[in-house]
Amino acid sequence: MTRKPLLAPTVPAPRALDPSAAAAAATRAILRDTLDGRHRGVVVDSPPGAGKSTLVVRAALELARAGRPLMVVAQTNAQVDDLVLRLAEEDPDLPVGRLHSSDPRPYDPALEGLDQVVTSTKAAELAGLDVVVSTAAKWAHTKVSEPWGQAIVDEAYQMRSDALLAVAGLFDRALFVGDPGQLDPFSVVGAEGTAQWAGLSYDPSVSAVSTLLAHNPGLPQHRLPVSWRLPASAARLVSDAFYPYTPFRSGTDHGDRLMSFGVRQDGSAVDRVLDEAAASGWGLLELPERHVPRTDPEAVEAVALVVRRMLDRGTAVTSERAPDPVPLTAARIAVGTAHRDQAAAVRAALAGHGVTGVTVDTANRLQGREFDVTVVLHPLSGRPDATAFHLETGRLCVLASRHRHACVVVCRAGVDRLLDEHPSTEPVRLGVAVKFPDGWEANFAVLTHLNEHRVRWRP
Amino acid sequence: MSTPLRKSPGSRPGSRPAAAGPTALPRRLAELRGPDVPPRPLDARALAALAANPGCRRRALLDGAGVDKAALARALGAPAAFGQSQFAIARGNAFEARAKADGGTELVRLLHAALPEEDAGRPPEAVDTPDLSAAGPEGRTARTALALREATAAGRWALLDHPLLALTVAGTPAYLEPDAVVVHPDGSWTVVEIKSFALIDGAADAAKAGAAARQAAVYVLALEAVAERLPGPAPEDGRVRHQALLVCPKDFSNLPAAALLDLRKQRATTKRQLGRLTRVEEIAAALPPGASFAPDRPAAELTAAVEAVDAAYAPDCLAACELAFHCRDRARAAGDVRHLGRNVRSGLGGLTTIEEALAAAQGDHTSDGAADPAVAALRRAAALRAEALAAAAPAEGAGGCR
Amino acid sequence: MSLITSLARLEALRAGRARPLATVRHRHLADRPLVLVPLTTAGETGAPLGALVGTDRDAPRLLTVPQPRDRALRFAFLAELAEAVLPYVEEYADVTVTEERKETDPATGRRTTVAAELCADAPQLLVPGPAAVEYVRLLGRSMRFRRTAEEDPAADWPAPPRVPLLGRWLTHFGERAHLPGSALLLSTTELLSRHWATGQSHLEDQHLGALLAWIDPPEGSTGPEAARRAELARDADGLLLHPPAGPATDPAFDNKLLAPAIARYDQARTAVLETGRGHAALRAADTTIRTLLLSQLRPTWDAVWRGVDLLRALPEGASVADRWKRDRWSYTGHRDRLRAGEPPQPRRDDAVTAARKLAARETAQARLDAQEALDDPLVMAGRRLAGEAFAGEVAEVVMAHSEAKVPRPRPLVTVRTDDAPLLEEGARVHRVLADGRSQPAEFVAAGPAGLTVRLTGGMGRGKVPDEGTVPAPGDRVCWTLFEHAPRGGPELPEPEHTPWTHGGPPGGGAEEPDPVTSEDLL
Repeated sequence: MTRKPLLAPTVPAPRALDPSAAAAAATRAILRDTLDGRHRGVVVDSPPGAGKSTLVVRAALELARAGRPLMVVAQTNAQVDDLVLRLAEEDPDLPVGRLHSSDPRPYDPALEGLDQVVTSTKAAELAGLDVVVSTAAKWAHTKVSEPWGQAIVDEAYQMRSDALLAVAGLFDRALFVGDPGQLDPFSVVGAEGTAQWAGLSYDPSVSAVSTLLAHNPGLPQHRLPVSWRLPASAARLVSDAFYPYTPFRSGTDHGDRLMSFGVRQDGSAVDRVLDEAAASGWGLLELPERHVPRTDPEAVEAVALVVRRMLDRGTAVTSERAPDPVPLTAARIAVGTAHRDQAAAVRAALAGHGVTGVTVDTANRLQGREFDVTVVLHPLSGRPDATAFHLETGRLCVLASRHRHACVVVCRAGVDRLLDEHPSTEPVRLGVAVKFPDGWEANFAVLTHLNEHRVRWRP
Repeated sequence: MSTPLRKSPGSRPGSRPAAAGPTALPRRLAELRGPDVPPRPLDARALAALAANPGCRRRALLDGAGVDKAALARALGAPAAFGQSQFAIARGNAFEARAKADGGTELVRLLHAALPEEDAGRPPEAVDTPDLSAAGPEGRTARTALALREATAAGRWALLDHPLLALTVAGTPAYLEPDAVVVHPDGSWTVVEIKSFALIDGAADAAKAGAAARQAAVYVLALEAVAERLPGPAPEDGRVRHQALLVCPKDFSNLPAAALLDLRKQRATTKRQLGRLTRVEEIAAALPPGASFAPDRPAAELTAAVEAVDAAYAPDCLAACELAFHCRDRARAAGDVRHLGRNVRSGLGGLTTIEEALAAAQGDHTSDGAADPAVAALRRAAALRAEALAAAAPAEGAGGCR
Repeated sequence: MSLITSLARLEALRAGRARPLATVRHRHLADRPLVLVPLTTAGETGAPLGALVGTDRDAPRLLTVPQPRDRALRFAFLAELAEAVLPYVEEYADVTVTEERKETDPATGRRTTVAAELCADAPQLLVPGPAAVEYVRLLGRSMRFRRTAEEDPAADWPAPPRVPLLGRWLTHFGERAHLPGSALLLSTTELLSRHWATGQSHLEDQHLGALLAWIDPPEGSTGPEAARRAELARDADGLLLHPPAGPATDPAFDNKLLAPAIARYDQARTAVLETGRGHAALRAADTTIRTLLLSQLRPTWDAVWRGVDLLRALPEGASVADRWKRDRWSYTGHRDRLRAGEPPQPRRDDAVTAARKLAARETAQARLDAQEALDDPLVMAGRRLAGEAFAGEVAEVVMAHSEAKVPRPRPLVTVRTDDAPLLEEGARVHRVLADGRSQPAEFVAAGPAGLTVRLTGGMGRGKVPDEGTVPAPGDRVCWTLFEHAPRGGPELPEPEHTPWTHGGPPGGGAEEPDPVTSEDLL
């Protein structure tokens, strides 16, 4: 709708404040609405790196301290473990329950070392603990005699409506936190298999937040206004391209984050693109135009070389976290791809270059994670056509918003033409909220920006 | 259900400046159509279809030049199979008449009911229905523009029944006739599309609804051109609403039901495609001199002229372009893998012909020639396929991994 | 489309005829299916024009509507359709077997085994293509809320007696068709294109005539030639020699033949009504329409049966009976709901029903994908190419044990393979044991000798693995990264306990019938 953007936050961001004050004001408002309990639900939109996890941990602690035990619903086991560890770090005396499945290695062994954390496959064994954390899938198979007074639902935009339906009976009130810009949930039966519910408020395949707000339009909606992760060079682009109706800004300014090399560039395209990324936050390493299958060996090799050189050149980063330059280690670098076989090919190439410890994964699995530098194999690189999968807004958003310092994109030339020639004959399902700008617009905006930081490479 | 209107032969060429002078492009396009062949009028459906395959230069040129592609396809010996059943046309007309039977109050009421409360304005009691009749398309578009201006100033609900709008396309005006345009009391405008496919339990055929949205987006762009010339400030969110009202028969009845169509995406796409049409000039310039698409030319000559412009045939063209059967024949003859579908090509990388792909698949997947991952993958696929087919040879029955 | 399917299409082009995509038949095919070929009126949603229906390929029953805009004639058609379809659907209702099934006791929440009645077989509807499947749903929707004179004596336009019941059955068939792998209602083009790859695009495969031409070209012709003829050849009047498989008709047929014939019928009927004479002319006009519609329907009818012949020649996949049994449960369940006097299926699912259906479809999809791969080496080949399975010869087996208090056997098996599965350390893999059970393992590492996995189960309870549960060097094994019997979705509340996030419990009340207008027109 043009008149009133969907999911518009009811509380406007206080633009005049400095970032910390703006973020603090937003957090206060969220906690007030959550703790006073007049509303059954509170929704918080959090753009990339805006302190979502911090908010969840803080809300959990305040609720627990106010004598209100709560359950926390996250989407993956890694997210659950991460939350438990952060809770334990913030308050070593807080009794936390980790409800888990009966699969082998159901949770992070690090939890074993924490005295205040109790793990169990049965909710009853965790009764009475201040906070109990588990995945939506596990909660869906849990029965309780008395519902929890309060819940926190994390990554609520990646949770499907039917998953919320399965767990919503376990709590009276809930704080829903998530990033609307990341990948939407999907179904293995595809759009055809869910078409008959398209447009229904409770379409089981849409996000939990869509259904929640359709049925409870009066719920307060907040937004975290400041990205602490994204540098000033990225916040503007990511905000404009992916969050045009709910803009956010960077918590740091141009010049607050620096990236430097111990070894001067050798004149190669790889080194030049690294220098460009260090100077501007973005680098596009453009390979010659060619149609290739998705495990394009040249592009994969280029990705591996960028990582290798980054490590070889003694890269160091300076940020507001530490006054002195910190050496960039493999653990702080990630490579993002669209497909799993591409990730596998990059891992193999990195191993061939003797690089270990770099995270290489698909956009789906990089959701919610943060690194200093990312290297992205562009989803449309070398393709003769763009499918809905490759154009998906959330995929590009995830890939372009994981970094604190710089992002290097490796891509074959010709994506501009591919976008230009992309046929547009999508079906329209009545009543379904349209994502706009769509993947096409977002890809176009990002590519236009990247072209200003382009270094051509001839293998 | 809008009926395209023929461009009047006397209508002046548009004023879009082109590199070679203001009238060079229309003249060049007229030459391509052939002497005395009037341009085939572009209606909203044709304009919306520009987005169906923007990579096809052949289509861009023929559409931009107003060539009658159906006649051309017949002359080439590969006629298109498009046609409309008279039952469907009769049904469409009858439903539109029924939906407008009360002078438009029902349509405006449906629109009011479909809008969210804060945006709906006051409920319609009386609906103005200005007279739009005038002589010739230019007279009618002028009359429509005047009626829009007056209705906007009046601050009441008004329904314009079959207004006529003009949109400059590749230098010449195309006349477009939406089923209706509603003027809201707040001075904003909504396009109304009346279609005869049913809304069953609130849902419609998604492909048809998509086509309706693309068509409505063309009307929105044409209305925006009118709105630009309106005096006074536009409403905060723009004069022309980016939502259309889709009116269809309800369930299995002939009662009208309505739904809103979000047009932002289709509007952006169509706007882009209309902008791209200026490239027609560059495509036309690359044609050999004397090339013509006049349907009275000999088939061999026409074939040569058509072949001189690259096509980007894909199977979906069959449903969208009159020339598709011709292009398919050529793509098949050339062994172009794209005729098997866009998705076949994406796995084949740089292998673009059937021959290349089959030759690649026949090699040994462990041999050296397999540095190209497309070749390697095809060889692996061929080996796995052969292994599986051998394992399941009839004598052994169903094998598999059990 | 996967590369291996693309390759099959390329091979088909080279061969000039379709190439197999499967080595077994992956769908149940009844001994006596009911074939239904419907035609609809252009532009009129839910106004049938005619149909061929029956179980005997040589004696289809022709149903026609001489004037589709006349409500009485449409009702007469639907009544006749009910007469043709319902006896077939109902004849499976009374032959039952007793089955044990697990149910959750609503009182205790415990899973218990109960004996239940299961229909020994079920009806199967075959239609030409996916558009006809959609049309079956549409017909079902248009009929199930009608009221008969018996149900509602005050109804303005009562439906013929068995029409609402047919609507409920067709709705059930249409709904079931959304479940991956189900076979109560099947489309012939989808069945054929599941099993064969042609040298044309998926879009062109929707044309039943062209698809059959590729799979089984007539003597002396190649696939592409025959397909082209099926698609485009017209007679001197410009009519397609192979009419479209429906439910939409060829516009040229509508305009040139059908419209004049309907006009003559209207004229003759007016004459009869006005003069009381001219019955012979009316009958003749009706006969003309029947002949015309038969000319459009019969080629498709024959094509569907040809498709049946081709599919019957394939051996049935090992898991097909399992899936058909689920279809039998579905049929039995609907029979029970009808017998219990439950109201027709609602217009829209409530939140819980929608979520349950989606969960069922997702589970069915995962099950189908797994079963098809396990039943058919050609399907497994595609999964192997995609990195979702690997097969090879066992190179080495090293006995190892778990570190638990009572050590359990955890042998390490190394497989020599050319496959390149997308495996990460600790990933779970599965294989089928000789007795049909699935054995789990986890991936350990890739080494020079091959891929090593650690068996984690399926070896019995003892300290020593049961006989035949650990492969030996030289054995061929095939491991999959996907589970063989995927688990179901989340446990959902009853509809009356729909939570506040989803709008609370749905409002009760029976569905109202569709409104009728005084005109005959739709």
